[in-house]
Amino acid sequence: MDLAIVDYSMGNMKSVYNAFRYLGAKPTVVKKPSDLKADKIVIPGVGAFGDGAKNLAPFIPQITKAITSRKPVLGICLGMHLFFENSEESPGIRGMGVFRGEVVKIRTRQRLPHIGWNSIKIKKECPLFRGLDGEPMYFVHSYHPLPEEDIIAVTTRYGCEVTAGVCRGGVYGTQFHPEKSGGAGLKLLENFLEL
Amino acid sequence: MFCKRIIPCLDCDLAVPRGRVVKGIEFKQIKYAGVPWKLAKKYYEDGADEIVFLDITASHERRGTMVEVIERTSEDVFVPLTVGGGINTIEDARRVFNAGADKVAINTAAIKNPQLVNKLAKYFGSQACVVAIDAKRRYITSLKEAKGKTVVRTPEGSCWYECSIYGGRRFTGLDAIKWAEEVERRGAGEILLTSMDRDGTTDGYDIQLTKVLSEKVRLPVIASGGCGKPEHIYEVFKKTKVTAALAASIFHYNIFGIGNVKKYLAEKGITVRI
Repeated sequence: MDLAIVDYSMGNMKSVYNAFRYLGAKPTVVKKPSDLKADKIVIPGVGAFGDGAKNLAPFIPQITKAITSRKPVLGICLGMHLFFENSEESPGIRGMGVFRGEVVKIRTRQRLPHIGWNSIKIKKECPLFRGLDGEPMYFVHSYHPLPEEDIIAVTTRYGCEVTAGVCRGGVYGTQFHPEKSGGAGLKLLENFLEL
Repeated sequence: MFCKRIIPCLDCDLAVPRGRVVKGIEFKQIKYAGVPWKLAKKYYEDGADEIVFLDITASHERRGTMVEVIERTSEDVFVPLTVGGGINTIEDARRVFNAGADKVAINTAAIKNPQLVNKLAKYFGSQACVVAIDAKRRYITSLKEAKGKTVVRTPEGSCWYECSIYGGRRFTGLDAIKWAEEVERRGAGEILLTSMDRDGTTDGYDIQLTKVLSEKVRLPVIASGGCGKPEHIYEVFKKTKVTAALAASIFHYNIFGIGNVKKYLAEKGITVRI
């Protein structure tokens, strides 16, 4: 299995699946933790941090194993939030803790949720975001992670600086939805396939 | 740079196989514009930031057709898809989300059962719950007449705005601006605001309605109803706080392509995704 999309009942996996299919990949949507054995893993997801953490829990041993063996793992939106330790959205609930830091509500005077297209700015070299500096991506969220380590790869502006993407080792995260970001989003998913 | 969104709307008649896109004038006369998923793909390629499908079929036997439309569209259209019309329950919403939709827009169902807004927000997240408001001007001659309503001054006279349901066929007595504030409290993620007075007229958006409502709520508001030329979109972005503009007929009949509209807006200094 080349590419697995983790289906942990947090939103539909179909758009992510369709986007990878469109790019010629053969993704498998994995519903059972024991089936999660791919070379690359994608954790999509929309919804609240607490529900996400609960539903993802059975998959965490396999995901951790993949990370340890340096397989590329991509978290999208909530999927990225779950890499962090905790979230203001669901106090008291633990995330995976792959990255140190907390997910917090965006401190901005702008309207929330932050819904729409916003251009990303590259802060740190990372193969996932190659060729995408300045491209608008589709965001829909009210929370974003504040990492306590130097892993921010791209940011966007929404009345304040917003974490738009992170990477360290083989672990990648995007706050925006590449599967809903037109050609630029497809380019990012292509970059992931090429890792 | 945060971009203003341009959203084409496909009013879908699902009473024929695979459905067809139609456009009414002031919510009535009907013209045909094409196959939904084909038009959606064309708009995506032209630079649409999002696509809205509105099921205007009165009967509920056609739900399966909308699922098919969304499934086919989501195979090669990679921008957010919203489905409105015919969403009355959590199950209805789940069906279109599973087909590949990202958001549902609810109007009649929300007014008849406001708890549905809370439930959609809870189960699928606020971002997936768009409340559509179809607002009609009710002109007044004295303030006493509009007791308890939000009165808006327009060039045509003072009025309040009444919410309509069932695709403009029934009125509710509900103040559109107060209703917007209520759905915000209930957890809606966006408001799709349609002026019934302007819909299908190509006279431009109802600036007064859109301005007042978009200042009363903190949610993103999508302006709808009346767009007849790119200047109307520029005007609504310049004069109100909406973050998106929806239009149908100017795109359907190739009067102005989405790409050209965006180019025009960019030249006028509006930030759009090109």
